[in-house]
Amino acid sequence: MAVIETKDLTKVFGKIVAVDRISFTVEEGEIFGFLGPNGAGKTTTINMLTTLMNPTEGTAKIFGMDVVKDANKVRNVIGLVPQDLTVDEDLTGMENMELQASLYHVPKDIAKKRIDEVLSLVELKEAAKRKVETYSGGMRKRLEIAQGLIHHPKLLFLDEPTLGLDVQTRTVIWDYIKKLKEEHEMTIFMTTHYMEEADALCDRIAIIDYGKIKVSGKPKELKDNLGGDIIELALPYNSRDITEAIATIPYVLDVKRKSETYRIKVAKGEEALPDIIERILKMNLKVSKVSLTKPTLDQVYLEYTGRSLRETEGSREEVWRARRNIRRLRR
Amino acid sequence: MIGETYALTVREVKKWIREPILLFMMIIQPVVWLGLFGKAFNLTGLVSIPPEILQQFPPEVTTQIAVIFNEIIGRIFGGTMDYFTYMAAGMLSVIILFTSMFSGMSVIWDRRFGFLNKLLVAPIARGSIVIAKVSSSVIRGMFQAALVFSIAFALGLQIGDAFNIFDLVGIFAGLFLLSIGLSSLFLALTIRIKSWETHGAVVNLINLPLMFASNALFPIKQMPSWLQPIANINPISYASDLVRTFILHSSSVALDISKMTLDFEVLIGFAVSFSLIGIILAEKALRKS
Ligand SMILES: Nc1ncnc2c1ncn2[C@@H]1O[C@H](COP(=O)(O)OP(=O)(O)OP(=O)(O)O)[C@@H](O)[C@H]1O
Ligand SMILES: [Mg+2]
Repeated sequence: MAVIETKDLTKVFGKIVAVDRISFTVEEGEIFGFLGPNGAGKTTTINMLTTLMNPTEGTAKIFGMDVVKDANKVRNVIGLVPQDLTVDEDLTGMENMELQASLYHVPKDIAKKRIDEVLSLVELKEAAKRKVETYSGGMRKRLEIAQGLIHHPKLLFLDEPTLGLDVQTRTVIWDYIKKLKEEHEMTIFMTTHYMEEADALCDRIAIIDYGKIKVSGKPKELKDNLGGDIIELALPYNSRDITEAIATIPYVLDVKRKSETYRIKVAKGEEALPDIIERILKMNLKVSKVSLTKPTLDQVYLEYTGRSLRETEGSREEVWRARRNIRRLRR
Repeated sequence: MIGETYALTVREVKKWIREPILLFMMIIQPVVWLGLFGKAFNLTGLVSIPPEILQQFPPEVTTQIAVIFNEIIGRIFGGTMDYFTYMAAGMLSVIILFTSMFSGMSVIWDRRFGFLNKLLVAPIARGSIVIAKVSSSVIRGMFQAALVFSIAFALGLQIGDAFNIFDLVGIFAGLFLLSIGLSSLFLALTIRIKSWETHGAVVNLINLPLMFASNALFPIKQMPSWLQPIANINPISYASDLVRTFILHSSSVALDISKMTLDFEVLIGFAVSFSLIGIILAEKALRKS
């Protein structure tokens, strides 16, 4: 049975179609990633899947249970680490955890052990006695993640788990996520706008833009589908033109020459590269420079949305910080 | 259901007692109110005769005049001699009114800070969120009322000579019921509101009329006739009435049991009906969001 199964899932806010007829399935034990820019509809999708919002149209099932009709049963098996921080600042880290445990009906004695376990996982044991008010942004996020794990959910939703964290903390959290998946056989649905994150963590991803899924599949497949790797090689100055010769090599898909530099598109770069070099040497020529570029998810993204995700990255950090500051000011 | 309701109530209470300014305000507020309304507006003093005039009469006459005046005022305020005691008893209900209005306020905070979402994805009954809000509000109200009562006592509240522990329990039972009803009322009214500004406007719109159209500060008999029916259905009037009856419990006058029974009946009805309405409305509102 699929862990998540949606059919034409749609959410409309007034005139904005935030999520537009998306259908996908997530299988048991997978890490499935939603990759998309600001306002793509990632959080809205999570809100519907976690019973926070009812879909305008379409259906979503979690372990076969409908998110509208069996909302409370769904809530029992899922955990959510939301994008916006929701820990209670006036309580200590420990109190937040205890509260979470009672919200999920974890018996007292088990809760004690689990809290200990997840707090050490996110390295917050020392700080647990302090009020959350005194935590840094990264610590709050980690506490939020710990809260999402307290009841060992079978399905965990992570909405931008590393947004606003520094690079070190980010990789630490990636490790946690992988460890979690293995140790608890959890299925994870996550959203992100970091391609590296999607690439490193997700078994499968869907690229979402303007509420629509543009493409989905294994990151590697998506990249491979772009049509191969790029080998760039340069010959010494004034060498003769060998475009024709390279183009006749069987697995070469395309060659472009610019003075002495050749840009060669091949299916499997690692295997093609030694062979190509050998052939060039046999033509009594020398190779002065060579590089192999594997396609990135950014290129996949560019291919399907017509925009580069990197362009939006800088401004997102600012958006996040601004949001947090606004909240602080409201206090 | 009970576990999570308890946990959520504990959370609210913890948040409340950890706020030193709030605790400070909680102590200052009743002192200011009692001082302002009870002592400054002392109606007993208002109708008394200036000492320089009194001095012109022989002492026997002065005592006579004092007795007559006390009689008149006693009749206006229904047995209680001084206005301070009359007002302090009413102030207990007013303080319950003012603490209750925060029950809705805290939902708005939780919504703003995303905490409400945490509760809504959890597998808990929506009702437990509402009940926790109401019960923490009632706990706050009871504390405040106990504080007001002690301060009023220190400032010269006159209790009847037969006042005993059962009267004290009776007072707080009445205030408890009032608090449940009012907290639920405010929660139901404000649970759909998303901004503090709107909340403030709505609360003020009903807060002050509820306070003044009751016998908490002035006897209903002294009100304009159009206001009397409103004051007569206001639960605050019944609570104030009940509290006064208990405070004035004296050995010379028998307790008016039928009147007290009516007061309790009205308060129980108010608490039960509004907590049910509140829970139903709040559950609906939470389900939608
Ligand atoms: N409660 C709401 N009312 C009205 N419009 C909304 C609401 N929530 C989201 N939207 C709109 O729906 C669209 C999708 O928003 P959503 O939060 O799902 O995007 P996202 O992919 O999570 O973006 P981000 O990366 O910034 O978190 C946006 O245009 C947003 O303005
Ligand atoms: Mg989002």
